[in-house]
Amino acid sequence: MLGISSLAAGFNFIVTILNLRAPGMKMMRVPTFSWMTLVTNFLIITAFPVITVGLLFLMFDRFFGTHFYVREAGATPILWQHLFWLFGHPEVYILILPAMGIVSEVLPTFARKPLFGYTVVVYSGILIGFMGWGVWSHHMFSVGLGPIADSVFSATSMLIAVPTGVKIFNWIATLWGGDIRGTTALHFAVGFVAMFIIGGLSGVTHASPPADLQQTDSYYVVAHIHYVFFGGTIFGLFAGIYYWWPKMTGRLLDETLGKMHFWLQFVGMNLAFFPMHFIGLLGMPRRVYTYSPDLGVSDLNLVSTIGAFLIALSILIFVVNLWRSRTRGRPAPNDPWGGATLEWSIPSPPPPYNFSVIPTVENRLPRWRTERHGPMKDPPAVPPAPIHMPGGSWWPMVAALGLPLAALALLTHTLWVAFVGAAVLLFGIYRWAFEPFEV
Amino acid sequence: MTHAAAATHRTSMGLDSRKMAFWAFIGSECLLFGSLISTYLVYKGRSVVGPYPHEILNIPFTSVSTFDLLMSSLMMVLALAAVQRGDMKWGKIWLFSTALLGLVFLGGQVIEFTEFVHKGLTIGTNLFGCTFFVLTGTHGAHVTVGVLWLLTLWVRALQGKLGPANAMTVEITGLYWHFVDVVWIVIFTVVYLIQ
Repeated sequence: MLGISSLAAGFNFIVTILNLRAPGMKMMRVPTFSWMTLVTNFLIITAFPVITVGLLFLMFDRFFGTHFYVREAGATPILWQHLFWLFGHPEVYILILPAMGIVSEVLPTFARKPLFGYTVVVYSGILIGFMGWGVWSHHMFSVGLGPIADSVFSATSMLIAVPTGVKIFNWIATLWGGDIRGTTALHFAVGFVAMFIIGGLSGVTHASPPADLQQTDSYYVVAHIHYVFFGGTIFGLFAGIYYWWPKMTGRLLDETLGKMHFWLQFVGMNLAFFPMHFIGLLGMPRRVYTYSPDLGVSDLNLVSTIGAFLIALSILIFVVNLWRSRTRGRPAPNDPWGGATLEWSIPSPPPPYNFSVIPTVENRLPRWRTERHGPMKDPPAVPPAPIHMPGGSWWPMVAALGLPLAALALLTHTLWVAFVGAAVLLFGIYRWAFEPFEV
Repeated sequence: MTHAAAATHRTSMGLDSRKMAFWAFIGSECLLFGSLISTYLVYKGRSVVGPYPHEILNIPFTSVSTFDLLMSSLMMVLALAAVQRGDMKWGKIWLFSTALLGLVFLGGQVIEFTEFVHKGLTIGTNLFGCTFFVLTGTHGAHVTVGVLWLLTLWVRALQGKLGPANAMTVEITGLYWHFVDVVWIVIFTVVYLIQ
């Protein structure tokens, strides 16, 4: 059911990015963050139906007596694993690609250099999107799918590291020789690159089935996933928040608190997750909260725990920073960072219509001066002509109300309430779809 | 949804935004039915108790339903053509015929399901029952949505609110309807014809 909202948003993003670009905004001038969002949303609209089917089977098994995953009836639970990971691995890239896009925006701004190899970064993102569909069974080496399946998925999994590695070299080359300003956003972006390299390296070790058999379901995997998702996605998201918060709210965040946040989180995450590589290889299984003192992992686990508290402290500082910025943050000008992309040409926070005049885009870095062109003129502060804004709609809210109702009812096994929720959802979607006839 | 805005603005790809979104939706639906059909194929012949497909599937009966659904696609084409040239009299007739043939198909599915249950095949009997009912049921749900959609357009046409200006709405309805029809051709082939 959650798939519905993700799909609706997915179609919206795809069409907006492909079809509603400003004049002159060719695909190869689109900012990398929008490009990665496009790839991500293609993954969303293709991967979510697969998990929907997997979950549908599970729901039918639980509520209506089917046997999709029941061994005794001739079925196999491995079907669930396939459906889950067919969705699950594209989902991994759904989580990391937007962060890669954010970092590809933040690094050039604070190095005052164009992104190194923009085209290659974009094509690598597209390639990751395609290859992300061909690696899912590397999550299932321990199932015993046979040597052929294992070899193929091992090869594809190692191969997908290539476009990812290409991006990392591009980011490093972007920083190389740049006029670097050490803002908090840049700290997080560089932290992303460093942590993602470690997570990527441990990831490549899983691609080898013999090594993976030792690592599966151990804390080593937990270490890997936290280096790519915490060190990767979360650091990328924080880079994005520190970068765009002034644009979103019109207030700057405090840089001193921001850097305290970064260093605490950086040290905390490495204390928490690096020992997990050793804990896992020493034999501690994941998803088990207790262990024998004879295993010899007590001290390493203590270090992990200290790291976890440091992370919590850093997030607390972040929340204080956000809260402080409401009243005590310095007001943000249109362009606090000297960014090259169009969002910095309009007020912070942006007016509801975004651009008073739709700009004509002539190059990839419209707001910078290069050998070939000068910076573009900012659109006027007041729109020269009235701008038509589409009206709002209540029906998506009605549809959204039906969802939790149905979900909660299914958790408590009260089927009739679930049907009421589904009916509210469907009614909301129906009225939403046919609304243009009402206005 | 910014229908009005999308219809009047020039778009980057020269394609109506709603139509592009709908093609993306159809791509997404392919993965949904692809997963269901793959599951059917993976579990084919793995039921441990009967009734088995060859004992119960009624090919002549379903062939008639399939023909009915194919004809409804023809009606849909005629409906769009009529709306595009502003002939709302025939537009209404063809829209209603499409919905009616869709209802006939659904009726056929109800008869088929009831007969199967009487012959001892329910959703919980064996793997064939699980995969068959969930696959054809999901398709039937899609046909139901299509019928409601077509009837809504028909009512709007009767109220005089549907005209050539809304031809894109009818065209997108048609995309959906033809897609659901194509999926049925695949299901009919995979489930009924190749046993």
